[in-house]
Amino acid sequence: MAEPTATPDQPAVGRRRFLTYVIAAPTLTMGASLSAETASEATPGLPDIVDLTDALVLAAAPTVHNLVVEITPANRVVVQLPREEVGQGITTTFAMIVAEELDARLADVEVRLQDATPANLMNQLTGGSASVSVLYQPMREVTAAMRARLVTAAAHRWGLPAGSLSTRDTMVIAPDGRTAGYGSLSADAARVLLPEVSAAPKDPTRFTVIGTPRNRIDALDIVTGRARYTHDLDVPGAKPTVVARPPTIRGTVASVDDSVARGMPGVLAVTRIPTGVAVTAETFDQAQQARDALKITWNPGPVAGMSDVDIRTRLRAAAPPFVLPPLGTLTVEGEFSFAFLNHAPLEVMGAIADVRADRAEVWMRSKSPIPAQAAVAAAVGLPQSAVTLHPIRGGGSFGRGLFFDAGPEAALVSKAIGRPVKLLYTRADDMHHGRMRPASFHRVRATYLLGTVLSYEHRVGAVELDLRHGFGDVITALGAGLLPGPFAQTVFHLTQNMPYNFGVETYLLGEVPLGVATSSWRSIYSGAVAVADEIMVDEIARRLGQDPVAFRLARLSGARERAVVQKVATEGGWGRALPPGHAQGVAIHEEYKGCAAVLVELDATGTEPRVTKAVVAVDVGRAINPRGLEAQLAGVVVDGISATLRAGNHIDNGAVRESSFTDFKWARMRHSPLQTEVHVMPPSTGKPGGAGELGFPAAAAAVANAYARATGTRPRSFPIAG
Amino acid sequence: MPNYTFVLNGSPVTVNAPPDMPMLWVLRDILGVTGPKYGCGVGVCRACTSHLNGAAFNPCVTPVADCAGQRVTTIEGLAEGDTLHPVQQAWLEEDVAACGFCQAGQIMAAAALLATKPNPTDDDIDTIDNVCRCGTYHRIRKAIKRAAAG
Repeated sequence: MAEPTATPDQPAVGRRRFLTYVIAAPTLTMGASLSAETASEATPGLPDIVDLTDALVLAAAPTVHNLVVEITPANRVVVQLPREEVGQGITTTFAMIVAEELDARLADVEVRLQDATPANLMNQLTGGSASVSVLYQPMREVTAAMRARLVTAAAHRWGLPAGSLSTRDTMVIAPDGRTAGYGSLSADAARVLLPEVSAAPKDPTRFTVIGTPRNRIDALDIVTGRARYTHDLDVPGAKPTVVARPPTIRGTVASVDDSVARGMPGVLAVTRIPTGVAVTAETFDQAQQARDALKITWNPGPVAGMSDVDIRTRLRAAAPPFVLPPLGTLTVEGEFSFAFLNHAPLEVMGAIADVRADRAEVWMRSKSPIPAQAAVAAAVGLPQSAVTLHPIRGGGSFGRGLFFDAGPEAALVSKAIGRPVKLLYTRADDMHHGRMRPASFHRVRATYLLGTVLSYEHRVGAVELDLRHGFGDVITALGAGLLPGPFAQTVFHLTQNMPYNFGVETYLLGEVPLGVATSSWRSIYSGAVAVADEIMVDEIARRLGQDPVAFRLARLSGARERAVVQKVATEGGWGRALPPGHAQGVAIHEEYKGCAAVLVELDATGTEPRVTKAVVAVDVGRAINPRGLEAQLAGVVVDGISATLRAGNHIDNGAVRESSFTDFKWARMRHSPLQTEVHVMPPSTGKPGGAGELGFPAAAAAVANAYARATGTRPRSFPIAG
Repeated sequence: MPNYTFVLNGSPVTVNAPPDMPMLWVLRDILGVTGPKYGCGVGVCRACTSHLNGAAFNPCVTPVADCAGQRVTTIEGLAEGDTLHPVQQAWLEEDVAACGFCQAGQIMAAAALLATKPNPTDDDIDTIDNVCRCGTYHRIRKAIKRAAAG
């Protein structure tokens, strides 16, 4: 890349300042970096880091310049985004930010997923709901500077003062009405030495795109079937491949007899890999049939013989003890348990790999493409620089896409058989050997006196969470000793925050290493910890004889949190009369620089409980695309219904019981609310926070609280269906 | 292996395949038609939902032999040229899709429902069993009603 050419009029942005620079190219192509004099400020100290969002922002800061934006002669604005699209709408969000600062038409902006680029360091990880928090400001800086150069180029062409020109719809406009498309100015703009108009991003009061509801930029591709996912790609010669996997979690192959399988129609190769035995054939149907014909003897995996009851005993033992003594009858206690939970994105895992003697090319959905690229390189014995990894849009993720198990597997098979392969996890493969939210046990104790909560202690015993997908690197990059303990403890403490004035509050985690495959599930630890908290809040309120909404409004410490609770109470008609067996439930969660409250109505009179209505209020500081934000929050309501009432994974004798959506009972249309409302709060902080994971804990807890009120029970184990 | 001829998205095609090969793999691996998605292979998630003679079916559990001489329509064949089917249009207007992976199946299921029940009730819509893991059900419901009101 590029000779950096500093532009002179960059404003300071908070404590950090970005320099934009032109990348040597015949078209206007720009990046941004932290300016040299302030880069040292990016080295974090403990006071800088309040939560996981801060950690991810700070870790990514030194390399946010790897945002690359180009104006093509065909008047397209092409963004190389170092993030993954999995349905959260990140490509639409960044297209909007670019359109805003460039004054381009949204339809002229094209967002591509950037190949794995090790120079991005910590800035190519899609996780922790931090993409917009990290890249909002640098993307604005880059594209505002591009606009200034385009205006200057037009001014030179027309011999007019740059200050007299305006921009709109991907073109520069002169006072006399002449126009020039950005594409026609791009080459000249690349040679502008000094912009003659301000290169600063817009004042937010002038926003016309950011903050307005927009449809997804890829919606037409999706509804016509043209959107391409990993297995839809036509990589010449790539042959369908499936892997016979062990009957117990992470078992290993002892011996294999493939004599029958090799002779079956369409079978091209049988390859032993560390995780099982791969079969490559002309079609996936033939590959699966041959897989079933393999005769394999398996060694047991690390939890062979172990079942849920054994795991629960170990989790209970791992929860650290309380510090404070109970206060007799002035104590509210609860014990909770949360099941393992498969991410179950509708697109199963998979990868296409083409490994040659001196290089490899991999196409796969990946939220952490740099560690994925490194893992492929290590697997096939190539330097990382010899591996090209193309991230492909993912069909849902919810945390699953952080791991990239299919990539090295496909690469190993391709290397062994000397041809490109497309490797597919079947749904049963991903249920049995995919990753899961770790199961957890929670012991919570609150004490109170005269209506005041004096102490709140929450102890967690959880199956070890695997964070080796890049989060660990982030924590390492921020400096050893920043917070005590290994990665998981650090992430736990970065994500736990009690939003209420509850006196002495402590959260402690005890981990149980089991060797089963885990991965962060939407909301990481908060998906269980904060759910238990919000159930406890209802129970404390009940003990004190107070209304759940009034109790929350009186004790939430932040105005934003109180505002979203008030909003759902008002919009959802909190306290309205409902028939017997029906009830409302409410909950709130604060994280990712935002907060969300959820109110649901639940009907417990049928054969299974149904949430009939959901009202959500969300404050993310500043919503870039309210329509996309609404979709995410409505989505987590369905997650909350599913995880609280219906779906979870069980372990029987070292194997996951569930195989598909028959027994993994994720909510269908008939389990979803007939009415869902999402209220996006006006910009509060002005800075966009995270969205994807924010709403889940509140949704799951609101469902639990409504169920408790409708049935007069105290739900303790999730999913409630067992 | 025998040959099977059927009408795919308006045009006759002939494939050479074992009789029990599921249509999903005939479509995807032999014909390169990738709109119908693999999500479970056992007819449960319904991401592959397409039409057999206009009715919803799941190619992942339908042998190719059963489709011989029949009319098969995938998401690629739902629009009339550049004119979207009313359900596709409603999907755009409600901005239904999130990750998009299940949406071809959802749209085909909705179109089949509307073909038999032009004014579906909430209970009718609740019979659609397709999984949407992103939880777009509320917008699917609105889009179906919008298409019905057309």
